[in-house]
Amino acid sequence: MAAKKEKINHFLVPEHSKLNDKEKKELMEKFHLTTKELPKIALTDAAIQHLDPKEKDVIKIIRKSSTAETTIFYRGVVNE
Amino acid sequence: MSTDDKLVYKRIKSITFGIMGPKFLKDMASAKVVTPELYDKEGYPVDGGLMDVRMGVIDPGLKCKSCGHKLKECPGHFGYIELARPIVHIKFTKEILDLMRCTCKSCGRILIPQDKIKKNLGILEDVGQELGLSARRKKVSEIIAGLKTINKCPHCKEKQLKISLDKPTTFIEDVRRVSPIEIRTRLERVNDDDLEVFGMNPKAVRPEWMILTILPIPPVTMRPSITLESGERSEDDLTHKLGDIVRINQRLFENINAGAPEIIIEDLWDLLQYHVTTFFDNEISQIPPARHRSGEPLKTLTARIKSKEGRIRHNLAGKRTNFSARTVISPDPKLNINEVGVPFVIAMKLSVPERVTEWNMKFLKTFLENGPDKYPGANYIIRPDGKRKKITDETKEQLLEELQPGFTVERHLCDGDISLFNRQPSLHRMSMMCHRVRVLPGLTLRLNPAVCAPYNADFDGDEMNLHIPQTEEARAEAEVLMEVQTQLISPRYGLSIIGCNQDAICGNYLLTKDMTVPREEAIDLMASVGIEEFSSLPNKAQVTGKEIFSAMLPDDYNFDGNSKSMPPDHPDHIVKIRKGKLLSGVMDKSTLGEGSGLLLRNIHKRYGRDEMVEILGRIYRLGNEVLLKYGFTTRLSDADLSSDATIQIDAIIDDSYVHVQKLIEQFKNGTLELLPGRLISETLELRILERLNKARNDTGQIVADTSDQTSNTMAMVKSGARGNLINLAQIAACVGQQALRGGRIGKGYNGRTLSCFRKNDLGPEARGFIKNGFKKGLRPHEMFFMAMTGRDSLMDTALRTPKSGYLYRRLANALQDFKVEYDFTVRDASGKIVQFAYGEDGIDVSKSEGGKINVKQIINSIE
Repeated sequence: MAAKKEKINHFLVPEHSKLNDKEKKELMEKFHLTTKELPKIALTDAAIQHLDPKEKDVIKIIRKSSTAETTIFYRGVVNE
Repeated sequence: MSTDDKLVYKRIKSITFGIMGPKFLKDMASAKVVTPELYDKEGYPVDGGLMDVRMGVIDPGLKCKSCGHKLKECPGHFGYIELARPIVHIKFTKEILDLMRCTCKSCGRILIPQDKIKKNLGILEDVGQELGLSARRKKVSEIIAGLKTINKCPHCKEKQLKISLDKPTTFIEDVRRVSPIEIRTRLERVNDDDLEVFGMNPKAVRPEWMILTILPIPPVTMRPSITLESGERSEDDLTHKLGDIVRINQRLFENINAGAPEIIIEDLWDLLQYHVTTFFDNEISQIPPARHRSGEPLKTLTARIKSKEGRIRHNLAGKRTNFSARTVISPDPKLNINEVGVPFVIAMKLSVPERVTEWNMKFLKTFLENGPDKYPGANYIIRPDGKRKKITDETKEQLLEELQPGFTVERHLCDGDISLFNRQPSLHRMSMMCHRVRVLPGLTLRLNPAVCAPYNADFDGDEMNLHIPQTEEARAEAEVLMEVQTQLISPRYGLSIIGCNQDAICGNYLLTKDMTVPREEAIDLMASVGIEEFSSLPNKAQVTGKEIFSAMLPDDYNFDGNSKSMPPDHPDHIVKIRKGKLLSGVMDKSTLGEGSGLLLRNIHKRYGRDEMVEILGRIYRLGNEVLLKYGFTTRLSDADLSSDATIQIDAIIDDSYVHVQKLIEQFKNGTLELLPGRLISETLELRILERLNKARNDTGQIVADTSDQTSNTMAMVKSGARGNLINLAQIAACVGQQALRGGRIGKGYNGRTLSCFRKNDLGPEARGFIKNGFKKGLRPHEMFFMAMTGRDSLMDTALRTPKSGYLYRRLANALQDFKVEYDFTVRDASGKIVQFAYGEDGIDVSKSEGGKINVKQIINSIE
């Protein structure tokens, strides 16, 4: 396996992190979600390479927002 | 009464499209047509004729022989005629040609060896899925063309001849004509398995059905005859055409039975082919269209369906409604905001159905007595059995006798009736609102100018539509969901979209600024606004404008805000309302304006929508009345400048000219300091633009500072009613640089803009800087530059509006089924998440103030 990828440090790339199983389960229950309904992110997305993503992982993104200052967004990793 | 047990619940599982075969047609038909005659001597439809009563009825009183129902209840039934000889169906010639070319003339098998069929089936399925069935058939013939054994059937080794179509309906093999009989027998030979290779389902489509032996006759109900005033009957185009078909068909039968020579039969056969072809489509390019005696082409089946005037685009996709009106709009500030002025002519055409009861019978009889021509009257009454009767002077007496509870009277529109008012393009929900009717003289629809903003209407010839809901449910829905009151706060930015504009803002500004009037005049003003209770006015001989304005507000109203129109250090900058009294502050666009009025937003929140329209209406009228009573005009001298200011302005412009000249010099010497990422020439242009804009702004500042602050023009500018300082500066001092495509004007002749300049002159004058103001007048070249940019901006708006409109439409369509769910996520129709909180902050904009929630204010209000 290749060396661990470096995290992208750029002001346009928001903070990405991976949810653990417990957090993931809580999220799915809170919104009554199935993986299909979650927004998607590609397995090969450059912004999450440092997280060592697998399919069906959930990525938490903390972004700047013009209305709410910071906002939290979740995406499910897909291999498409 | 329970209808539930009568209902049969079924669900459609699939739909099959196919061709109707002769057996199906015969089973479906309820009459066989054998004679071209329509009616007998008594005018009764002939049995076996084209108007046979078994195919439906179009005369009142007659009963359908097939289903026993009367006119309008009987849906109509198909008939059929047996064609003496088979006829090619014009709409299937392409398919017939494809099939004939790809199948063997003797054994009927497809011209592909068995093993290759299997190999290619997958490819064919794909092509069929992606590009359609005609592409699939084309692929089949491509496969055949690619085979080694060209022109030879792989199954029976029969030599194949070239088949061509002599348009529209004649098939030729090599040089010999193939008769429809022969085509039919060949198509019959094609076996079911081979058909599936072509993408045809043999259960629904047998190819020989494309050659007609039985022609279905459409029901009488879809080709009704009209009785002219003279008592003559005029038949539908389709009936005419069918008459031709039946007549020729009978002649063909007779000739065949009599054993006439082949030539005569062939001629008749071709004629029959022509008639059947034009029955389906009368716009085939190779044959002359069948015409009326007047020379007008007949409208047959295809013409009924296709094109803009056809059934689909005109009747099915077309959206036209009864009980609606459309005319030019004009303003009427005396109307309430939720009213619409309707002309008498319209009010007497549109009607509201009202059910007669014991209690309103007397009342409704007054409408009946007036009849249709006297307002307020009625146009129709509807009996309990559903029969609709027109009210005329003759029938009036009798209908009055007849009227009793249970009847419905369609009475004229009256004041207070509910209507829907709409202006296209209907881009948001405020484009269609519910207004109360107010019947007025005149010929235009009238609306309060305050509601122009949501409709985006003006009065330069705009037209609007009016609809009258006809049922109780529709009226209730319109009232609850769509009335103007319910639409006050924009769901886009959370402020009132309906507010004061123009005169209303200006009038309130002047009133609340420093006006003091005698008490009588104040009472006059209030009375004309519609207030009849004057106790809230202080008992003084002289009343201030602020006190009059306070009379518009509720007694317990508190508000804090700012007047944008006053300098921050002025006591009137702060708007302070305590217990319904305006203590300080001036009303302007930031408190009363549409889309910006915070005072209005606050009143809405505090007192609710009904109270707010009431208050807004009063404030709006007050502003107008002030201007009406005391007069308001702008004059040329509002743009006068003192000699001092003129000198200053000239100096500023001269300065900038000198500076620009210096820049040009530097450019030529090569000493100009470069801007990052720019060429030298670009740098120069930018620097010059920057310098000239500064000059224009400086002159504007001088105009703003030195002109008469108390003039009416300044009152308009300051209150935000209309116009801005730049407009004033352009009139008084300097129009400034004309820009074309983001830069100074540079095109025209080679190296110069106009022939009066030297080549390569980069000075301000030669590149579109207008140093004069409108009042002083422009020099010829300046006028020319102005005309250039003016024309350019006209073109630009004319080209951009449709483009941006289309972009908006696509966006709105893409977003239309997004919905905020109970867990506050935004999801599309399939439940996929778009946002985890609406707008990322989860705020319902229509319940906020300008998209924000003022927490401080909430805390204050609780304390």
